[in-house]
Amino acid sequence: MNAVVSALVSGLSRIGLWGRGVVVAIPYLWLLLFFMVPFLIVFGISFSESIIAQPPYSSLVDWLKDEDAGTSKLQILLNISNYFRLGGDDLYILAYLNSLRIAAVTTLLCLAIGYPMAYAIAKADPARRGPLMMLVILPFWTSFLIRIYAWIGILKGNGVISNLLEWVGLTSGPVEILYSDWAVYIGMTYCYLPFMVLPLYSTLEKMDPSLLEAAADLGSRPFKSFLSITLPLSLPGIIAGSLLVFIPAVGEFVTPELLGGPDTLMIGRVLWNEFFSNRDWPVASAVAIALLLVLVIPIMIFQHVQGKQAEAGR
Amino acid sequence: MKKRVGFLSWALLFGYAFLYVPIALLIVFSFNESRLVTVWSGFSTKWYGELLHNDALLDAAFLSFQVAAVSATLSVLLGTCAGLALTRFGRFRGRTLFGGMITAPLVMPEVITGLSLLLLFVAMEQWLGWPDGRGVTTITIAHTTFTMSYVAVVIQSRLAGMDGSLEEAAMDLGARPAKVFFVITLPLIAPALVAGWLLAFTLSLDDVVVASFVSGPGSTTLPMVIFSSVKFGISPQINALATLMVLVVATGIFIASIVMARQDRQRKRDEQMAIQNG
Repeated sequence: MNAVVSALVSGLSRIGLWGRGVVVAIPYLWLLLFFMVPFLIVFGISFSESIIAQPPYSSLVDWLKDEDAGTSKLQILLNISNYFRLGGDDLYILAYLNSLRIAAVTTLLCLAIGYPMAYAIAKADPARRGPLMMLVILPFWTSFLIRIYAWIGILKGNGVISNLLEWVGLTSGPVEILYSDWAVYIGMTYCYLPFMVLPLYSTLEKMDPSLLEAAADLGSRPFKSFLSITLPLSLPGIIAGSLLVFIPAVGEFVTPELLGGPDTLMIGRVLWNEFFSNRDWPVASAVAIALLLVLVIPIMIFQHVQGKQAEAGR
Repeated sequence: MKKRVGFLSWALLFGYAFLYVPIALLIVFSFNESRLVTVWSGFSTKWYGELLHNDALLDAAFLSFQVAAVSATLSVLLGTCAGLALTRFGRFRGRTLFGGMITAPLVMPEVITGLSLLLLFVAMEQWLGWPDGRGVTTITIAHTTFTMSYVAVVIQSRLAGMDGSLEEAAMDLGARPAKVFFVITLPLIAPALVAGWLLAFTLSLDDVVVASFVSGPGSTTLPMVIFSSVKFGISPQINALATLMVLVVATGIFIASIVMARQDRQRKRDEQMAIQNG
């Protein structure tokens, strides 16, 4: 009887362990197949040659059969000319530099608008913080595309801003802001602002107010207390928010395509055109790999910060 | 001190104006009679009527809702497993890689996600014969892959912030892990599941880049239709559509927050009852 019970218990605990394994394995395998493997394929295809075929790239590995000798050999062709093309053509280098510049300006603008907002919400009455944060996040739930579209009507010549300036008397005639770098800055800042405010708010809200009181008691002016206490303590939030804005902004496609001019070159746009207009899949893959190389350090910092926050939350 | 409070209020006001004025203008001009979207010429609802007769747009909307519902459901299932694995299972082999694969899609540029998934589907078709061409299935898989990360993060933070003692008590009383999960953990993380599902649904409904890469002929999603029509300039029909979408989202969020607040109050009342009785 005892033996039966113990067998049953060990059987059940094995099912428990087995169940645990399944719970990990399902998302793990999904991510390996649909996230990890695709990168390896992109990496592989970036070394192939563009050919006119379906699919339009040469295969890297071939079995060559020698009929006379009766042997066959494995041939691996790695073509690195795609990368030379990226390094040698001004268009690509310019697009990379432009993307970094536009993403950096967007991040700074988000920080400039988002920090005072997050600070004000964290200082507000506790009962009002929830609804105030809700109002920041709410636009994020409405379509990204629709929000970019809203700015077209505002920024174009004869648009809302143009008419307003004319009405006030500052300008005589339509002002075209649309199709310029500034339009892209405004649109991207608009879309990414919630990503900046969220982590800033969560670090500022956790801050102990007694530190500021102590500083005030010791005669520190509010502005100085802010610089020497609040700002350093909110640094994790600043880093997390900046990375959440900067990393996707570098690879942004929709905003520069809809709001930017033809010379607002960004790397996401170059990749899109290589793929859809030129149908050059290998070069598009090389552009993607180069973009990832630019982003790998910020992404690793982000994961480090993210991991630390998860540890702290536990 | 007084002066700084003033500055903060102005900053807050400016921030909210920046966030909401564009959406408000969008809604106002959807009722404009003129085809010129930004010049007011009189109240009219004719663009809403035209919207109802735009078959291409309605078909795309139907397809998008289908894809969003299926991929949100799949990503809640996968994201819950991932969230559990990351918070409740301690260290296991390959945890670092797993954690990395969960957070990386959050910041991955969409063009890279789209291109890499397309190349995977093409390669799979070549070697395995599946998926046969691209369409609803490939879009659904792609959307599940990038939305499950968001769901996993939402559920992970809910699980991490939750008191583990209830689960431990059930375990001590001899409940098996599966039973503990379904009877204790699942009801407690239900709000996070709902939030995760809604988040995945909206992200899927919003995506134009990834869908453009992995869709095939005959499977055009709503954002793809909006994107191509916006590229040719603004049209009042898109304003009308945007207004409807904002309305749906606002209603959904409003209902969800009321339900969650009520549940929260109920839970607090139950806890107090338990304390008083116990």
